[in-house]
Amino acid sequence: MGDWKTITVPVLSSDSKNIFQYTSEKKISPPSMNSQVLRLPLPSSKSMHSFFSAFCTEENIEQSISYLNRELTTLGFPSIYAESKGKELNLISIINCMNELLVLQHKNLRAQEEVEMQHLKLGSDMDHLQNCYAKLKEQLELSKREIVGLQERDRQLQSKNRTLHQLLKNEKDEVQKLQNIISSRATQYNHDMKRKEREYNKLKERLHQLVMNKKDKKIAMEVLNYVGRADGKRGAWRTDKTEARNEEEMYKVLLSDYEQRQNQLLVENAELKKVLQQMKKEIISLLPPQKQKPKERPEDGPVLSDLEEDIGELNKENMWELSCETVREQLTNSIRKQWRMLKNHVEKLDNQVSRVHSGALNEKDVISREDHELETEKLELEIQQCKEMIKTQQQLLQQQLMSPCDDDTTLLLQDCYLLEERERLQEEWRLFREQKKNFEKERRSFTEAAIRLGLERKAFEEDRGAWLKQQFLSMSTDYKHSENVTTPSAFLGSSDQDNQLVKSTSQQRKPYCTLSGPVSAEPWQTSRYITRNSSTAASTKPAGDSKPNQWVESDKEETE
Amino acid sequence: MEAGAEEAAVGLVVLEKPNGGCGASCMQYRLVVRDVNTLQILQLYTCLDQIQYIEWSSDSLFILCAMYKRGIVQVWSLEQPDWHCKIDEGSAGLVASCWSPDGRHILNTTEFHLRITVWSLCTKSVSYIKYPKACQQGIAFTKDGRYMAVAERRDCKDFISIFVCSDWQLLRHFDTETQDLFGIEWAPNGCVLAVWDTCLEYKVLLYSLDGRLLSTYRAYEWSLGVKSIAWSPSSQFLAIGSYDEKVRILNHVTWKKITEFEHPATIANTKTIVYKEVEKSPSVETERLSFPPTRALASSLFSTESKYDISQVPVSLQYIKPVADRANPKMGIGMLAFSPDNCFLATKNDNIPNAVWIWDIQKLKLFVVLEQLCAIQSFQWDPRQPRLAVCTGNSKVYLWSPAGCVSVQVPMEGDFQIVSLSWHSSGDSMALLSKDNFCLCYLEREEVK
Repeated sequence: MGDWKTITVPVLSSDSKNIFQYTSEKKISPPSMNSQVLRLPLPSSKSMHSFFSAFCTEENIEQSISYLNRELTTLGFPSIYAESKGKELNLISIINCMNELLVLQHKNLRAQEEVEMQHLKLGSDMDHLQNCYAKLKEQLELSKREIVGLQERDRQLQSKNRTLHQLLKNEKDEVQKLQNIISSRATQYNHDMKRKEREYNKLKERLHQLVMNKKDKKIAMEVLNYVGRADGKRGAWRTDKTEARNEEEMYKVLLSDYEQRQNQLLVENAELKKVLQQMKKEIISLLPPQKQKPKERPEDGPVLSDLEEDIGELNKENMWELSCETVREQLTNSIRKQWRMLKNHVEKLDNQVSRVHSGALNEKDVISREDHELETEKLELEIQQCKEMIKTQQQLLQQQLMSPCDDDTTLLLQDCYLLEERERLQEEWRLFREQKKNFEKERRSFTEAAIRLGLERKAFEEDRGAWLKQQFLSMSTDYKHSENVTTPSAFLGSSDQDNQLVKSTSQQRKPYCTLSGPVSAEPWQTSRYITRNSSTAASTKPAGDSKPNQWVESDKEETE
Repeated sequence: MEAGAEEAAVGLVVLEKPNGGCGASCMQYRLVVRDVNTLQILQLYTCLDQIQYIEWSSDSLFILCAMYKRGIVQVWSLEQPDWHCKIDEGSAGLVASCWSPDGRHILNTTEFHLRITVWSLCTKSVSYIKYPKACQQGIAFTKDGRYMAVAERRDCKDFISIFVCSDWQLLRHFDTETQDLFGIEWAPNGCVLAVWDTCLEYKVLLYSLDGRLLSTYRAYEWSLGVKSIAWSPSSQFLAIGSYDEKVRILNHVTWKKITEFEHPATIANTKTIVYKEVEKSPSVETERLSFPPTRALASSLFSTESKYDISQVPVSLQYIKPVADRANPKMGIGMLAFSPDNCFLATKNDNIPNAVWIWDIQKLKLFVVLEQLCAIQSFQWDPRQPRLAVCTGNSKVYLWSPAGCVSVQVPMEGDFQIVSLSWHSSGDSMALLSKDNFCLCYLEREEVK
């Protein structure tokens, strides 16, 4: 940017002898523009006084004041005269005017500064742009030169290419020419060879004739004796029959060779067909069950029906074995189709895998690779654990089987399945035995009770008998006089009753004894149950009459 | 390993009696028959001239000795040493001679390939086959010996005649679409005849036994063509080795190429095993050194032992580019042989003369490469098992089997450069031939329990 230096010079009004000078100086760097700038100078303090004295002296005060007034009024300021006429100056207005003028001056200065700043900026921008322009122009020049160079190279290469093409063509032409030359020479040589050969043949013929004519006795075979043939047979004359036979033999040899080859090929063919069939089946099984079958059926349908018409009832397998053209084509076409489907499927899977690998997960169809791996790891762990379990179980089983044992324990072991049952049975036995013991105890107690009861009854009967006797005696003394006939009957009856009772009691006593021994359980049990009931009563009321009666009666019933 | 006696013989040919027992060798004009196990001389025959070629008959009762210079073939019997037979071709000359499969006829090819005379040892009859083709493999017998195919050339065209060997009756006669027939070979099943053209034209024709053309195979045009051909023992494959260093395999069902084997100079496939023969310095025990050194010691000192190392793939082999302006250049697949179990194919690329390539036929891939120190002279498969014997012109014989490979030094005094080898039909022994000597190598059979 340029350095600006200004020299300010005082500005004077036009009608005085003052000189207006506008000068400016500046130092600028070469590429920028030169310009003259007008600047309104600011008066320095020193020159101010001289300047002021130059304008207004003691003689022209009035004139200068009026001039100033005129100027101010034209500028829009109020008059500095007080009242319109007179030469009295309005100080206030003068001061106001001065102030206004100062404010105006400041404003103007500021504006000037701004303008200068902008001017500077524009100048620098312009410089910058000029530099850019210059650089771009340089670059343009360079690239133009480069282009020219490349074009030149391109032209050279193209011309080289053309020359090489031309050379190639020339070489090809030459090769062709040489080949033609070779072929022509070859035909020439062949021709010459043939000519020479013919000459040679003629010589040979001549020689042969000479040799044969000479009848050289030397051309002979001397042999001591003729040797038998290798196979022992005698030589045969050459006849037509032998000729025919030879032909036949030859054809036989050829035919056998062909047959052998054909057999080999048939075997190979059959094997390959089988392999293809297998492959086809496997491919179908590999492919996801999609719309293959409906596709196949309509295809096979019409052809199948045709073949079936031709051949009759054959299942599909047999048909493949025939070497019909159509069947063969069918097989190969179906294999190709299946293979294509399998390929597509595999490609799809590949794409899916690659997509998963790259990060895009399609959660509907595809399990992410990490999840898949985790799952497989889990499954593998499970499998491992199960295997280990199975192994340990097997080992234990083996151990058990292999451990040495004697017969009893083997029997026991063999019956190991019944162990539980045995245990259960033992439990039950135990219970049973306990119960049995209890019953024994009870039975003993009952027998004791019964014995006691018997004794008591006996005592009671004795008492009763004694009492009855007494009564009877007492009664009989009373009625001996009145009713002898009846009372004895009554007595007899009652005595009979007594006797019966006694008898029954005596009878009953015995059963007690007999019943105390081991008896079949059932009646004893029932009696026991009854006795239990009665014994409870008996234990509470051992001398109860009614109960024993009941008991006796029931017992009687039982025993009878 | 037993060494044979030293014999200075020219044109030494050793053939072993197919049914075991005897081996014949010739020495100048003497024919020596030895027992194979003991090398004891059983018979000694004297011929009229220097023997060039000997051959056992198929039933091993007779040996023919051909003397090409004199044009004489002499036949000797092993059962009756007094029996003799001489076939004189006289002015017709003799170029080649061979037995017929029944062992009772001799086929002589006269000079300039004027005719083939079939001499019978049983009857007085003589048959002539005119216009035989003067090529490397002009006569081919089927494996069962029933039919014979002869290549003929009349009026600048190639023909093939198929004869029935039992009565020499002409069965079929047909022309072939070859420019200049080079060779014919029957398939082991006897039903297909492979016919191939000269090396100027790559063409292999396959004819059925009854003369029908089954298929034609052309790999390329103009470059040098077929160099060697081999049928697989099951007749399933036909291996064609050509000058472009490749072997092409045709299958017997469609007669189309199923694969081609390349033989590059650099082997890069990591699944190929490369065995490299390296010399190992002989261990000399100083205590046993004596002065003057015995011959055995001297030879053992100077002979270098060798062993096989497995080289790390990639391996680059020594590649030789032959001179361009010579005929029959040493390039391309010169030797082809299938193993008897049909599992391996051994080939030799003449551009890489030190290597034997063994291909696995079941996988149709290169299996093993044997890199030798000297150029391969010949190799032959054991007739019974997949074991390959290789000789490279030094005194070692190399054996390879799928279990590994071994280098065996022949303990001979002096120099013994093995030029060719020949297995016994039982696979227990083989004859190693040098220019002047031969030796028999016995292989122990391992007891597999």
